[in-house]
Amino acid sequence: MELTAAFFYLFAILMIASATTVIVAKNPVHAVLFLIVTFFNAAGLFVLLGAEFIAMLLVIVYVGAVAVLFLFVVMMLDVDFAELKAGFIRNAPVGLLVGGVVLAELVALFVAKGFGLGMAKVTAAAIPQDISNTEALGRLIYTRYVYFFEAAGLVLLVAMIGAIVLTLKHKPNVRRQSISAQVNRHPATAMAVVKVKSGEAIVPDAVTKREAAE
Amino acid sequence: MSTLSSYAPLLPETIMALGAMALLMLGAFEKESDFSAETVGWLAIVLMAAVILVIAEEGPERIALFDGAFVSDAFSRFAKILILAGSAATLLMSFGYLKRVRIMKFELPVLVLLSAVGMMMLVSAADLIALYLGLELMSLALYVLAAFRRDEVRSSESGLKYFVLGALSSGMLLYGMSLIYGFTGSTSFEVISGVAKDGVLGTNIGLMVGLVFLLVGLAFKVSAVPFHMWTPDVYDGAPSPVTAFFAAAPKLAAMAVLVRVLWTAFPGAVQQWQQIVIFLSIASMLLGSFAAIGQESIKRLLAYSSIANIGFALVGLSAATEEGVWSVLVYLGIYLVMTLGAFACVLAMRRETGPVEMIGDLAGLPDRHLGMATAFAALMFSLAGIPPLAGFFAKLYVFKAAIDAGLYALAIVGVLASVVGAYYYLRVIKVMFFDEAKDPLSEVEGGVGLVMGLSTALLLLYVVFGSYLEGPALAAAKSLKF
Repeated sequence: MELTAAFFYLFAILMIASATTVIVAKNPVHAVLFLIVTFFNAAGLFVLLGAEFIAMLLVIVYVGAVAVLFLFVVMMLDVDFAELKAGFIRNAPVGLLVGGVVLAELVALFVAKGFGLGMAKVTAAAIPQDISNTEALGRLIYTRYVYFFEAAGLVLLVAMIGAIVLTLKHKPNVRRQSISAQVNRHPATAMAVVKVKSGEAIVPDAVTKREAAE
Repeated sequence: MSTLSSYAPLLPETIMALGAMALLMLGAFEKESDFSAETVGWLAIVLMAAVILVIAEEGPERIALFDGAFVSDAFSRFAKILILAGSAATLLMSFGYLKRVRIMKFELPVLVLLSAVGMMMLVSAADLIALYLGLELMSLALYVLAAFRRDEVRSSESGLKYFVLGALSSGMLLYGMSLIYGFTGSTSFEVISGVAKDGVLGTNIGLMVGLVFLLVGLAFKVSAVPFHMWTPDVYDGAPSPVTAFFAAAPKLAAMAVLVRVLWTAFPGAVQQWQQIVIFLSIASMLLGSFAAIGQESIKRLLAYSSIANIGFALVGLSAATEEGVWSVLVYLGIYLVMTLGAFACVLAMRRETGPVEMIGDLAGLPDRHLGMATAFAALMFSLAGIPPLAGFFAKLYVFKAAIDAGLYALAIVGVLASVVGAYYYLRVIKVMFFDEAKDPLSEVEGGVGLVMGLSTALLLLYVVFGSYLEGPALAAAKSLKF
């Protein structure tokens, strides 16, 4: 038990420290790297809770994909962080005021009425004891929660369509690869045997056509 | 009953989702042109009309699927038919405009279809997760639609603004939901209503905070004051047909789900949510009415008008009676028709050079387009609440519900706000009929004219056709129980 508690405090302190560094770090690349440390510690906390599946997801999806994507964006996009920070500092008092009021309200409420009051005693789906978490989740997702699963799929489809609609540009003057044309090539059309007269050049058909078009 | 046929209540959503995917494939593999995009648009309209027929054929009973996550009852069927009719009408009147500004792409009807699927899931949701997924599906498609004219800065700005604020509101909604889940142990409305019995919320602070955040998130989506700031900018910047879509079906869906959440998940906490809803209602009515006075752009005017209208609809919800729920549903039905008609007029406003959207451009309209001027005047009279047009009855019912529930002050504020509102609606009519004519507007197109004429006819003849809306609305209000 004490070992668990020790690890809990280790992960929790590291997590809060690295999360703070994410915000205060001057270099955005360092900020993203500390974000990854935060995710790792969060995964550690999930393992302590016995939710090993979510812990692995966190490592694979957030560390493996999302954080790396962040790194790419930070490194490849020319974002002026100094300017962003200036805006942040200008609006910070208002933000702090609103955040502070909400926080004070919540703290006052919970201090006055107590934290534990009214917490649910039942869980929506009881945790099965004889099978692993992953298996239990799989059984739920594809039976009882299949409606949510399909709905989430539709949301992702909309995101995909949206990304394509808003960003894909068909530039003129760009020759795109036509795979079907490549596959359908055969020697009869792809090659031509030309008799070259000495002292003359050969102009391929495609070039003459392009020149005629221009 | 066999397993497959037990999923029959999901048929409308299934047809819509599969249809949207089929049209996506059709659009992607057809050669890109205005013609193919319009074909996809027409097929989408046919699909929605077919799904309306499917829904109309369903029986009156209440069926719950997936442990109560999806509910098909008279309420959801009522809302779904209105949503589909509203979405189909918006598509019908948008083709001309889209072609003129060169954004006629097949993705637009597909996104409208997917957004409509989200709305249908939303009004059928009896579980917080289903509610959230429906809301996200609806909103995500709307964000993309707002930025659809991607070469224009205002459209992109509108899309980005809507996306950022929408994400913020989703965050609040999820925070509220997590608190509700934590303090009730379930995301199902049925279980939540069991825990949140009479008086429990007075002591269960966590649940109370959760309810407040949930309301904030939904108030963002219906753009009730003080969560309305995005509305005028987004409505103004988005392409006009998209604005028409925003103002019509999604508003109705979000209001319907607000009614369902408060009425089925928190019937034991009426005292707690009633005061919040009353505040939202008064603030929306007043701000919507006063802020619209100075507007010169007809789209901004209609944006503020929609904020005020949501305020009036919330009056009915504040009553917290079955009559109140009924009056909200009737109000939403009439609001849908009025909004579609008003936006049909906006879409009809164009010159040879392109679309125009200032109120001043309407001057002298009756000289050239008497029909459109008459329709516009009737719509404005209806929005102002002049009898015997439909808008009058809509307001009458919500105020009557409030008075029957003893909320006299609220009803009085509402009446006063609608008097202020009448000023700017009537100003549009004054500009049209009495101001000096400018260059005339171009001819009205078929689809726009059809929607305009149909909505005007429905509003003028409400006394005759009203029972077709009020009857199903009553059945819908009665079905909101466990």
